[in-house]
Amino acid sequence: MRLRPTVQGQTLGPVQRDRLLRICVVGCGAVGSLFAANLAQLEDVEVWAYDLDRAHVGAINRDGLHVSGAGDVLARVHATDEAGDVPPCDFGIVATKAMHTDAAVAATARAFADGAVASVQNGLGNEDAIARHVQRVIRGTTFPAGRLVAPGRVQWDVKGDTTLGPFEPQPASLDEVERLADACTRAGMPTAAVDDARGPQWRKVIFNAATNPLGALTGLTHGRVCERTDLRALVSMLVVEGKAVASAQAIELDADPEELIDHAARKDVAYDHKASMLQDVEARRATEIDFLNGGIVRAGRDHDVSTPLNEAVWALVKGLEASWTS
Amino acid sequence: MSEAGGAVAVVGGGVIGSLFAAHLAQVCNVSVLCRRPEHAEALRSDGLRVSGRHELQANVEAGVSPAELPEPWLAIVATKATELDRAADSLAGRWPGAAVMPVQNGLGAEEVVRARGSWPLLSAVTFMSGTKHSDTHVEYVLDTETWIGPYDGAPLELAERVGRLLADAGLKVEVLPDLRPAQWSKLIFNATVNGVAALTGLRHDFHFAAEGEDGDLGHLVRALIQEGKAIARAAGIELHDDPWQMNELATRRGSAHYPSMLEDVDARRPTEVELINGALVRKAREHGVEAPLQTALYRLVKAREASYLEG
Repeated sequence: MRLRPTVQGQTLGPVQRDRLLRICVVGCGAVGSLFAANLAQLEDVEVWAYDLDRAHVGAINRDGLHVSGAGDVLARVHATDEAGDVPPCDFGIVATKAMHTDAAVAATARAFADGAVASVQNGLGNEDAIARHVQRVIRGTTFPAGRLVAPGRVQWDVKGDTTLGPFEPQPASLDEVERLADACTRAGMPTAAVDDARGPQWRKVIFNAATNPLGALTGLTHGRVCERTDLRALVSMLVVEGKAVASAQAIELDADPEELIDHAARKDVAYDHKASMLQDVEARRATEIDFLNGGIVRAGRDHDVSTPLNEAVWALVKGLEASWTS
Repeated sequence: MSEAGGAVAVVGGGVIGSLFAAHLAQVCNVSVLCRRPEHAEALRSDGLRVSGRHELQANVEAGVSPAELPEPWLAIVATKATELDRAADSLAGRWPGAAVMPVQNGLGAEEVVRARGSWPLLSAVTFMSGTKHSDTHVEYVLDTETWIGPYDGAPLELAERVGRLLADAGLKVEVLPDLRPAQWSKLIFNATVNGVAALTGLRHDFHFAAEGEDGDLGHLVRALIQEGKAIARAAGIELHDDPWQMNELATRRGSAHYPSMLEDVDARRPTEVELINGALVRKAREHGVEAPLQTALYRLVKAREASYLEG
């Protein structure tokens, strides 16, 4: 009998495949940690986390994963920065920044030889990257948000829903999608399993692409971007381009991104929120612009829809990134 | 009156004003109208030094009110666009015998001056650039041309006279019967390059002409310039230089220019966005031309400015 790794000297029992779900979160930043910590509360789920941040991994293994804010959780999670440590899993949940998807999934793919892997990331193209390394893929979109405040500690800022569906070119079965959605929902992360998950994904991509870069370029919070009428009009023009690209692919948005934009601008929601892209820019980290506006431009080109403003914003943020090394 | 005869006043002692003043002081009497008394005092006691392309030491008069200065036959208004209103106010009712030549970036400085008096006006565009090391020392970085033309019915001879004076003083100058084609070339170039630089933090380097890959900045710069050219066409202006060629040429120079709007954003100062990007976007509206990219650029720079000015 193979013994599973230990946490604080305690030897865990063997996996009972018929009863236990083993899930590995790939990329245990803020969003990954929310999934990992909440899922680890379930008795029938064993949670692993793969992340390259050694201090974070060490803290999780030593003291557990602490989540506080919108929900308070202290979770035992098997964290590792060695992909080879991850045992065979039923599910993967990829929560890296979009530019790290390929490398992170390539490293951990062996653990998912018999499993299905879901993306809960921002932007377009993550599922395609996962599908290069894994057979069965789940398209996902998630709205909860938080921040890593210290190794092993995550601030949960906003609760929100998650939608999962089979990734059309290389789908997981709907049954599998439902099992993962059920586990997330029972863990306190409300998740819907749907046939076509593109609508929610494009709604979020359009929201992010229309607002995050404007915050990043101007230094304004979401609320201040929206209260400048001239800038709010620019947001809407970016939304219109995004919607045209979605509609050219016969994607039906599950709701209007404009509603989400106005909702988030409320003082009691995310008025003072600095979009993650602005946080990246202030910290001079690479942004997800290639997967947001860049993704919309590429999809538009594939379907003969011109997206000049998304192209402009893409080039400006790429220029901003280039200025840090010029 | 000979060119070297009468006095010349330079309004504004920034980089461009100082370059004009120090060069002109080699061939005529020059006074500098400053905003700060300590600046005027320093100029009176230390004179003005130019290093770089030219090495000059100049004696100049200086003051903070036109009343303190000798009446000039030519007043060159070289303040920043953001200071133009204030400077023009201070000239109202003064120097009735002078010709006035504003050299601000962008479009519309002549109207601002005209609203304060009936002096004969000259339009000017200058491509000189430099770095201010102190109130009395500027480095002359780019010894490029200044273009001059009559405005609002002023005689061409007046522009030619000023042109000869600047040439005598060692500056590169070209006199044109109609300056608008040159002003518009520079306006489109400036709106595009300054706006993109202010938002990206990039100096005017190779990125601005890079079109190798998707999302490269050169695509955007080209599209912005094309919109600018369409606005010029609708306004009936035939451009003097192609702004894209100006862009390419400038990015091929050895050292990347630090655009003034980026300098202002870095120092969290008000920028010249209104007289540059704002002027271009208003012209588009006036002539019924769609300019979504230039409009977006203008709005983004305004918002960037607001992020630090409004705190």
